Amino acid sequence: MRTRPHWLLYLYCVYLLVPIYWLINLSLRDNADILGSLSALPSDPSFANYLEIFSNPVWSSGFINSLSYVAINTVISLLVALPAAYAFSRYRFVGDRHLFFWLLSNRMAPPAVFLLPFFQLYSAIGLFDTHLAVALAHCLFTVPLAVWILEGFMASIPRSLDEMARIDGHSRSFFFFRIFLPAIRGGIGVTVFFCFMFSWVELLLARTLTGSSAKPIVVVMTRTVSASGVDWGVLAAAGVLTILPGLAVVYFVRNHLVRGFALGRV
Amino acid sequence: MRDNRAWLGVLPVLLIVAFSAVIPLMTVVNYSVQDIFDANTRIFVGLDWYRETLRDPRLQSALLRQILFSSLILALEIPLGILVAKSLPRAGRSVGLWLVLLAIPLLIPWNVVGTIWQLFARPDIGLLGATLQNLGFDYNYTAGTLDAWLTLLAMDVWHWTSLVALLAFAGLTAIPDAYYQAARLDGASRWQIFRHVELPRLTSVLTIAVLLRLMDSFMIYTEPFVLTGGGPGNSTTFLSQYLTSMAVGQFDLGPAAAFSVLYFLVVLLLCWLFYTSVMRNRDAD
Repeated sequence: MRTRPHWLLYLYCVYLLVPIYWLINLSLRDNADILGSLSALPSDPSFANYLEIFSNPVWSSGFINSLSYVAINTVISLLVALPAAYAFSRYRFVGDRHLFFWLLSNRMAPPAVFLLPFFQLYSAIGLFDTHLAVALAHCLFTVPLAVWILEGFMASIPRSLDEMARIDGHSRSFFFFRIFLPAIRGGIGVTVFFCFMFSWVELLLARTLTGSSAKPIVVVMTRTVSASGVDWGVLAAAGVLTILPGLAVVYFVRNHLVRGFALGRV
Repeated sequence: MRDNRAWLGVLPVLLIVAFSAVIPLMTVVNYSVQDIFDANTRIFVGLDWYRETLRDPRLQSALLRQILFSSLILALEIPLGILVAKSLPRAGRSVGLWLVLLAIPLLIPWNVVGTIWQLFARPDIGLLGATLQNLGFDYNYTAGTLDAWLTLLAMDVWHWTSLVALLAFAGLTAIPDAYYQAARLDGASRWQIFRHVELPRLTSVLTIAVLLRLMDSFMIYTEPFVLTGGGPGNSTTFLSQYLTSMAVGQFDLGPAAAFSVLYFLVVLLLCWLFYTSVMRNRDAD
């Protein structure tokens, strides 16, 4: 069994990392330096672009807005998906297969289709330009995804576990919270990973449903053109900062990821 | 176990998805059969918008570009993903770190992916663009159609091959070691092992990878929007971008809605194929 990577993998990782390296490189230089010369190493690296982002309320509130709706979305998705996934994995009921397919079809729905109706719907109920609006809109694909992933993990837990708990005289809620949930914690981690991932990376719906007060970081980034043109250094620094939360999340679930992918449920 | 009370568990999901999917979809269907002048003046037009949409030459060319783009990225990403998965170590402490490294592009916001490639490929400040210029190539992705396409393809391969690789890797690790030992005893070559031992066992994850990439590439919007803005001309305008410009840019509600319904049906068909193939694999296990 192979325990060391093939040289091809190193080659691929160079391809993967060079654009990111260039982003980091540009983020450490000021605009005049970027436009003036092309250098593989920043000659005079500084964190001025990052300081600019942290001190400018437009940027920092963009970050907070994004993290807020992603967090709300992940919590809602998990809360509604857990009982549903349990029902799908343990019981047969009228219309279950149809319902499951219908749910999944929403994961695949093109966001562009929902653009206009979402705008009108959330404006009509007074949620336009709030974190909740974006979080609920993202539920369109994160909830089906969460049910889909959790069902896969739950189905792999033998039913005899449920029966043993009943024979031991545990109540249904004790079983669910103290025995069953810990048994699928890897699946919950993978679910959080994917909810986070799809909500964090999305631009189209987030842009449509926010105005000034809940504007997410990804939208701030598309509007960085100032009077003097684009400030490439600041744009690059913002890009670097948007990579960090994802990196943290993937690091925590790295050991469960392969199982999640093995079920093919992404 | 048969128990219709299980519906209670499904109810919250049903409510939330009904709110965020059914109501909007009904709105779209509603728009697609009416001509709307203002809130009070609307005329039922039946299937006129559908006819008009299907005959729209700009939409047809966007669809052709979409099909070409999706086929090309599948042809590139699936073999490359398998190759990357096969190059990964199967065991040892470094596996987790390699997986984290591979997962990085998947977690970058899609517009940032566009920005990264913009900064990387620009002929004036980008490492790739400027290097190509210095080597004497007349490379400019904002002016040349071929350059724009090559840059988009390089970006999409960069962005999504990891997904294929992670799926294929998950499939490879599920193959019992005994299969390899048996193949080695028979004196099988590396290619034969891949062709007769690994590939058949990868069919299910690869089907999923193909369908996921097909569906997701069919909805691509943000990355080309940031990188090329659909240009030069319309040469990189795909379905989602055309739809968005129709609905938000020109506010053509009727045609945009008819287009949306058709678009949704095509994706639904792909989704059904995906679902049946996943479920068949599960039932076979």
